Amino acid sequence: MSMALPETVHEESITSPTTDHDPAVIDLHGLSVTFGKRPILKNLRGDLRGKAIGLLGPNGAGKTTLIHTLLGFHEPSAGTAHIFGHDIVGDAKKIKALIGYMPERDSFISKMNAVHFVRLMAELSGLPSEAALERAHEALFYVGLGEARYRKLETYSLGMKQLAKLAQAIVHGPKLIFLDEPTNGLDPPARLRMIKLIREIRDSGQANIVLSSHLLLDVEECCDEILILRDGEIAVYCNLEEERKSNRKFLMLETRGDQKPFVEALAKLGCEYAITNPTRLKVVLQDGVEVRDLYRVAADSQLQLRRLSYKRDSLEDIFLKAMENGHGRL
Amino acid sequence: MAVYEQTYKRYAGSLTPEWSRFLIIPRHALRGTFNSKLFAAFFAVCFLPLLVEAILIYLRHNVGALAALTINVRELIPVDAFFFQVFVNIQNSFAFLLALLIGPPLVSRDLRNNALPLYLCRPFSRTEYVIGKMSVLLILLSLVTWIPQLLLFFFQAYLEGFAWFKANAWIASSIVIASLFWIMLLALLTQTISALVKWRVVASGALVALFLIPSAFGLFINEIFNTLWGNIISLIAIINNVTAGLFGTFERVSEIRQVRGFEGIVVREVVLMEPPLWLSWTVLFILCAICLALLSWRVKAYEVVK
Repeated sequence: MSMALPETVHEESITSPTTDHDPAVIDLHGLSVTFGKRPILKNLRGDLRGKAIGLLGPNGAGKTTLIHTLLGFHEPSAGTAHIFGHDIVGDAKKIKALIGYMPERDSFISKMNAVHFVRLMAELSGLPSEAALERAHEALFYVGLGEARYRKLETYSLGMKQLAKLAQAIVHGPKLIFLDEPTNGLDPPARLRMIKLIREIRDSGQANIVLSSHLLLDVEECCDEILILRDGEIAVYCNLEEERKSNRKFLMLETRGDQKPFVEALAKLGCEYAITNPTRLKVVLQDGVEVRDLYRVAADSQLQLRRLSYKRDSLEDIFLKAMENGHGRL
Repeated sequence: MAVYEQTYKRYAGSLTPEWSRFLIIPRHALRGTFNSKLFAAFFAVCFLPLLVEAILIYLRHNVGALAALTINVRELIPVDAFFFQVFVNIQNSFAFLLALLIGPPLVSRDLRNNALPLYLCRPFSRTEYVIGKMSVLLILLSLVTWIPQLLLFFFQAYLEGFAWFKANAWIASSIVIASLFWIMLLALLTQTISALVKWRVVASGALVALFLIPSAFGLFINEIFNTLWGNIISLIAIINNVTAGLFGTFERVSEIRQVRGFEGIVVREVVLMEPPLWLSWTVLFILCAICLALLSWRVKAYEVVK
């Protein structure tokens, strides 16, 4: 027996709780991707509608492959996906006009200063030369590289390169921005600045964001929906905000003594529990069961309760639970 | 997203036509190229043979100038197909040197810095990327090959009269086709090598080697077997044959070679014949097809490890 997960979605097809008649940001129709004979993404289904969608999963789960496939870098081996109602295979150019992409790895064009680089990227997105130059300056000021915008990109620090990558991703004002590990390698102040920028873009309501990250905290701070991938499959898709509101409170108990008779007694009371370690327990109380009942059961089981506090499931709990439910690698 | 506002705003202005976007690459690349004074100086040097060509054409039609320089008009080479072929070949050599300077880093630099995903995540296809990168060379090399050559052809036609132009109009098409084919081949080869080799110096070396090593090997075959079929692997010989074919000066029988024994006695005579022209064209087309296939394989946002 284990603690119940929040209302995460495990069905064949997932639907966002905020479904409406507008086309979904990303609509997955049995999307599968295979490299050689190796399946990377397996029959992904669901429509994602969040303002900021967090893409989580352990290494090799398929996060980056999913982003690359949505960007048209890889051909689906089966199924397809739609972005704002456009098919990723048939309408690739239309989609690319609507999106911005910040790659995970260091990506830039050498021998260029930041203005030149961002302007070139804007022009390639279809902006006329003068508008591209204007937007390049604006984007660089916006991300905080205004003073360093005439420096060659090769001379930038890692944090500055990340910001330059963000500037090129937003310079043409896309409707959907894919951010692949945007805080990779950043020191705490730079990370905070990046998170602040992402939140600002999200809150502006002008663009949707898909944020892929290993860092749960980044996703928790920026995203309203999360999609957790495990071995190329959707492990969890949920609206983080609603989960926060609706998930059940649980009790975190710190104990001393043998937990076995105590948890058996809890089970008889109908409570759900999870043993975190030999001295810690998570317990969800059933209706009609009070905290004093726990004290009584603990006394009967000769177990000391050293500490008792109310908690809620964090994103970490959701993530770890999703990994436990399969063959996830952490 | 004005600088002073510091907020994110979507772009709502007009967009450039999709067909014209490949030209963005040469515009930005050429701007950087001409920032180098050394390159600009070399580019100017490329026009010197054209100046000589223009002077020769002018002298042939200016009796006053000939008299002042005490030159007999018969001493000047006639302005005919061979005249233009010679200068096309000279300019093609300069085009090769320019391609050697400009071509190798074009794609390799993007591959080295993982820039391809940045291009290809936009409404900009792999084909447009390759055409854009090739355009850098095509535009630059056109400026020193067929465009000035064609202008000089019209200069000659202007001085000689309409009858000459009518009789020799085919030379103009030969100039354009021979030069364009050469610069397209150069652009394809340099892009392919650039896509395969990440280091500029190695890429430049590979381009030179591609011309020299098979040519040397072809010469070796020719000498050993008393033939000219070794030319079929020599890019230099193939290009010369194709250009000669376009200017109507190609001859299959090249020379009669005397084969001598150990004591220097002539054992037999061998008629050396160039490979047929169609074979040279075929080799070039196969080479172009291989280049395109390699470019298609290499120019990708990300390498898929299967």
